[in-house]
Amino acid sequence: MNLARRPSWGRAVMLTVPLAFLGVFFVYPVLTILGRGLWPGGALDVSPLTEAVGDPGVRAIAWFTVWQALLSTLLTLVVGLPAAYALTRFRLRGASVIRALVVVPFVLPTVVVASAFLALGVGPSLGAMLLAHVFFNYAVVVRTVGGMWAHLDPRDEEAARMLGASRLRAFTSVTLPALRPAIAAAAAIVFLFTFTSFGVVLVLGGPTRSTLETEIYRQTAQLLDLRTAAALSIIQLVAVLALLVVTERLQGRRHVALRLRPARESARAPRTIGERAFIGVNLAIAVVLLGTPIAVLVARAFDTASGVGLDNFRALGTIHASSILFVPPDEAIWNSLSYAAVAAVLALTVGGLAAFAIVRTRRAGALDAALTLPLGVSAVTIGFGFLIALDEPPLDLRTEWMLVPIAQALVAIPFVVRITTPVLRSIDPRLREAAALLGASPRRVWREVDLPIVARALAVAGGFAFAIALGEFGATIFLARPDRPTLPVVIFRLLGQPGATSFGAAMAASTILLVLAAVSVLLVDRARVADVGTF
Amino acid sequence: MLAVEHLTVCFGEHRAIDDVDLSVGTGEIVAVLGPSGSGKSTLLRAIAGLEPLADGRIVRDGRDLAGVAPQHRGLGLMFQDHTLFPHRDVLGNVAFGPRMHGATRPDAESRARTMLELVGLAGYEHRSVGEISGGEQQRVALARALAPAPELLMLDEPLGALDRHLRERLVEDLGRLFRELGQSVLVVTHDHDEAFGLADRVAVLHAGRVEQVDAPVELWRRPATEFVARFLGWNVIAADGSARLAVRPDALHLAPAGELSGRVQARTFRRDHWRVQVVLGPDGQTADVVVRDEEPPSLGAHVRLALDPGGTVPLS
Repeated sequence: MNLARRPSWGRAVMLTVPLAFLGVFFVYPVLTILGRGLWPGGALDVSPLTEAVGDPGVRAIAWFTVWQALLSTLLTLVVGLPAAYALTRFRLRGASVIRALVVVPFVLPTVVVASAFLALGVGPSLGAMLLAHVFFNYAVVVRTVGGMWAHLDPRDEEAARMLGASRLRAFTSVTLPALRPAIAAAAAIVFLFTFTSFGVVLVLGGPTRSTLETEIYRQTAQLLDLRTAAALSIIQLVAVLALLVVTERLQGRRHVALRLRPARESARAPRTIGERAFIGVNLAIAVVLLGTPIAVLVARAFDTASGVGLDNFRALGTIHASSILFVPPDEAIWNSLSYAAVAAVLALTVGGLAAFAIVRTRRAGALDAALTLPLGVSAVTIGFGFLIALDEPPLDLRTEWMLVPIAQALVAIPFVVRITTPVLRSIDPRLREAAALLGASPRRVWREVDLPIVARALAVAGGFAFAIALGEFGATIFLARPDRPTLPVVIFRLLGQPGATSFGAAMAASTILLVLAAVSVLLVDRARVADVGTF
Repeated sequence: MLAVEHLTVCFGEHRAIDDVDLSVGTGEIVAVLGPSGSGKSTLLRAIAGLEPLADGRIVRDGRDLAGVAPQHRGLGLMFQDHTLFPHRDVLGNVAFGPRMHGATRPDAESRARTMLELVGLAGYEHRSVGEISGGEQQRVALARALAPAPELLMLDEPLGALDRHLRERLVEDLGRLFRELGQSVLVVTHDHDEAFGLADRVAVLHAGRVEQVDAPVELWRRPATEFVARFLGWNVIAADGSARLAVRPDALHLAPAGELSGRVQARTFRRDHWRVQVVLGPDGQTADVVVRDEEPPSLGAHVRLALDPGGTVPLS
């Protein structure tokens, strides 16, 4: 219909703002990385890249990056798929609370998760790393696959049973094909996240294990070898782009014409002892997997030489005198909150406008894909890109505090877009037509119909963006000035310090960050609107 | 008041609306009657400015509406499934139109209350549109479409989703309401009773073309084309070579000395009569015969039929 096609001033803003933001703060830094890697002296010179590709050390790192991500993905699916079934197909008291709590780990700062596993007493090891990845991405599988599963019509499977299929056959021939795109999408996302995982690998992988992501950081921050870092970033970019193409393909196929049912109609009470046992086991796994590290973390935060107390929290205000920190860690709380607030506003503005543009413009797939890129392109790449691109004219922002929230917003924008777009798409276009026929101008239609309906989704997205910015580590560690660190940076530095005092302080800081992130995301989940197609 | 001339709407190669001429006079109720897929909704959407025209023009009160945005056409459209705004209550939905036309909120709400009273929903102001019944939603949608006082009100299958009983009552209510208001109305429907019960004139639409426009009584008395005759439930039989004859179902009787003969293929009981389907001749053409007050012939029986000449119309 032509309401959607009429050019207007408003639509121009919707398109221009996100594209400009993306151009300056994403494309330009990434191009600078490419330039640094491929045109080091003003002429095309692929030697750093070929050297890196030919280097057995780099090859080993790349191979490790791939197989740890594969293994993490597989483990997450094994644990997450039965849970998705248990939590969405049965009507359980408190299931909605559990489904909400499951999301908390996903937005927890990586550094907090890493320190939670350290608090468990498991030292840096491959097992700890993989377990942390499962902990993190459990929610992706449960929400993405469960979200779809909850809306499948149980009568499809019943129809197959009536046509003579066994229970297993009905599942494999009816339910599984319907779920396959959701499972594939969840797997692709988990693979992407674990492929570019930074904080977890840095803290739990130990000094001997490197992925491309941590190696970029090491080359930049410790070895100051920007050429190699740029070459590694390019390898990483190519891998992630290939992955994103695959993900996009898989997600595109999710739009099959399924008759989706409201979740409350597809869930039923458990009937047999076997079903109860199955649910029980899955709930137990969820509680142990997600609850234990967090519980131990909090316990360690309050654990002092003289019993339970607040010493570790008090240490946050005093510890800097005896350490490499330039400021008392409690100042970092304020830094984190203010950065995250600015980042959330930025992400909401840019991402929200982009979502409106994507829905209102035909063939906006390119914008959609462009805005998803920062999701896959690692935070470390973004941080590194900012570092080398925005430190000289025409854009010299090196000393600007805004750099940190801008990078955090860039990481959060894909989530804002992904949360708001499905809700906007779900608005019946005839509601807009009805409003127009009742006399509303296009701008008025936007204000009176789109905005109120999407307001709740925007609130959800804002909370999510805030939580993500709060815990953002990969880009922030490149960009935060030493005298204005955020909480995750402080936690990382405290963990790197020997001694029980700094470890206790790290636990206390992690607990504070945990509470802040959990509160913002749980507030958000109460207002959750649509759960199909989001995670 | 509204004149549609040579209107054509294309979806790709397909001509959804094909060279349609139609007019609605001031205070007149015109129904567009057609089976599903005949292009009824597309016609309304095109008039509303929601579909681009491939050809033709739409004129309201002497003014060509080409290039006029939907919100400035002075038209109201009530959608098939109501499309009430889910985020507003009943009053908020009805007050929307007046507000968009510049009324202050109190004025808009007072206008909305009047409209709600008119459709018999006083007291429903602050109900959520999700919690009222289908019939009530339909009346809210009507009140909402009427509230900005559109020059022409267009209704898309206004009673389609309602059950038969409610529909019959609402047809009467709607007709009375529109005539009291002097409202010009264009309604599209697939339901004969709805069209005949409401409209001053009925246009029969088939595959995007208007087959016939007439007053309901005229239409029923003299279907102009084979499609209209069949759509209204008439029999169409070949008489004397190539000439075709439309025969009203009650104009065929079982009669031992009748001029037509055939074999009973099916019989269905319909509340107050039997409808007997008879295969006429070897070419397989069939006719429906109404049988009242007597036992219908059994399946396979050979029967003879008499034709009441007053109930037949020759088709060109």
